[in-house]
Amino acid sequence: MGDKKVTKNDLFWVFIRSNFLLGSFNFERMQAMGFCVAMMPILKRVYSGDDLKAALKRHLEFFNTQPFVAAAIMGIIGAMEEQKANGANISAATLSGVKVGLIGPLAGVGDPIFWGTIRPVLAALGAGIAMTGSLIGPFIFFIGFNIIRLLTHWYGVKYGYEKGTELVENIGGNEMHFLTEGASVLGLLVMGALVAKWTTVNMPLVISEYDNSAGEHVVTTLQNILDSLMPGMVALFMTFACMWLLKRGVNPLVIIIGLFVIGIVGYAIGLFA
Amino acid sequence: MSEVQLILLFIVAAITGMASVLDEMQFHRPVVACTMTGMVLGDTTTGVILGGTLEMMALGWMNVGAAMAPDAALASVVSAILVIVGHQDISAGIALAVPLAAAGQVLTIFVRTITVFFQHLADKYADEGSMRGIEMCHLAGLILQALRVALPAIAIAMVAGTDTVNNALNAIPEVITRGLQVAGGFIVVVGYAMVINLMNAQKLMVYFFLGFLIAVFTDVNLIGFGAIGAICAWFHIKDMQKDIAIEEAAKTGGGGGAVEGADIDDSDLM
Repeated sequence: MGDKKVTKNDLFWVFIRSNFLLGSFNFERMQAMGFCVAMMPILKRVYSGDDLKAALKRHLEFFNTQPFVAAAIMGIIGAMEEQKANGANISAATLSGVKVGLIGPLAGVGDPIFWGTIRPVLAALGAGIAMTGSLIGPFIFFIGFNIIRLLTHWYGVKYGYEKGTELVENIGGNEMHFLTEGASVLGLLVMGALVAKWTTVNMPLVISEYDNSAGEHVVTTLQNILDSLMPGMVALFMTFACMWLLKRGVNPLVIIIGLFVIGIVGYAIGLFA
Repeated sequence: MSEVQLILLFIVAAITGMASVLDEMQFHRPVVACTMTGMVLGDTTTGVILGGTLEMMALGWMNVGAAMAPDAALASVVSAILVIVGHQDISAGIALAVPLAAAGQVLTIFVRTITVFFQHLADKYADEGSMRGIEMCHLAGLILQALRVALPAIAIAMVAGTDTVNNALNAIPEVITRGLQVAGGFIVVVGYAMVINLMNAQKLMVYFFLGFLIAVFTDVNLIGFGAIGAICAWFHIKDMQKDIAIEEAAKTGGGGGAVEGADIDDSDLM
């Protein structure tokens, strides 16, 4: 057994480099170069010569996951590379297997938490304030999101390295499942609120018009009727229509353009205002 | 526009282009990108308002798996230029943002394809054991992403505000601009739908409806919803733990039914 040891300084530089994981994203191997570059501080600490070349090559293989949780994979693989360099019986195939095996489960945790919950919730909060012209809006979003992101990166690398393969078993465990579902509950509740609060649909189409017994002129528009049933109903319906279309693989930009067409035609015929 | 402004605009646009592919610092998100562009162009307030409005529309634009989001970076920077330098309405900026996001997406697809070449170059450097070489290949991809936003932004900034561009923008009939404004009110649903689909949890939709109903019938603000959501999440997790405990108890023949590790320690999850 050798005594090659990754230092805390190496882990810090992996953390810094992990912020650039997606820089050279390409359609062939996606985040491969970014992963290799991020692992370099560890690789050059424990390997040299042909071993180093082989390590660089194996980390130029396909890689693609949610970029914040990728930091944990970097830590885990770093720990395994260190053991391998010290003579542990870990084959290159095992390393690739663990790496590729973690892509799915970690993206499954990272996507709903970061893209599905934290970013839209903070962005909606920031954007709501920004629409009043206040600089506080962008700052809340930017600083809030980056604090959470950097902590995830740093503790991902640190715990990934410290716990190594032990963490691999935990990722499929109950705690991760709780965290993902808990985030989804929060995210969905806020989405429901946003559908009602941040959409504006006004349908001034006149349904009936008459003078009542008191001689007042009463105009009932389509919007009045819909509001008396349930405000926000049209937005809710539109949301479900979009979900249905997206599930059938329709490009979101096509849906957005479609909604613009509905807006223009609707305005032209007097349905919307 | 002064030369200093053009240089600053180039830097801001380059940062958003890099952020767009990295998806880390979020400089490419409209609420940040439009604000920075507004600052450079001397009208921060308009930038912030446009950014907030565009952000609502782009809430669900995200890179998940191999799927690519519409490009918020080019859309934000260029529409902010057209609104501020070209003296357009914010609603016009929002309408222009959609085709710009599509154009930006085409450009990033182009760059992501070119980067395949650097990927193969990196393989060669790995054979030679040259870490510097691989780093340079990685950096080259990032720089191309910066340029694909910075160069179009500068080109637009040079012509924005000129009579030709203004006349072209002003020639858009009212039914189109008003219609786009109307659509701007509900275009956000696409983003919401994308986020909800990502969660992909039929049995959790009850929380979506709860949020909707509370919003429709009360005046709770977003921070309130965050708190209500956190409480719901807590109850939901408790419930899951109970289910798991019951399952375990059933397996062990009704033996130890105690809920172990009921408290979730966040530090263990990182």
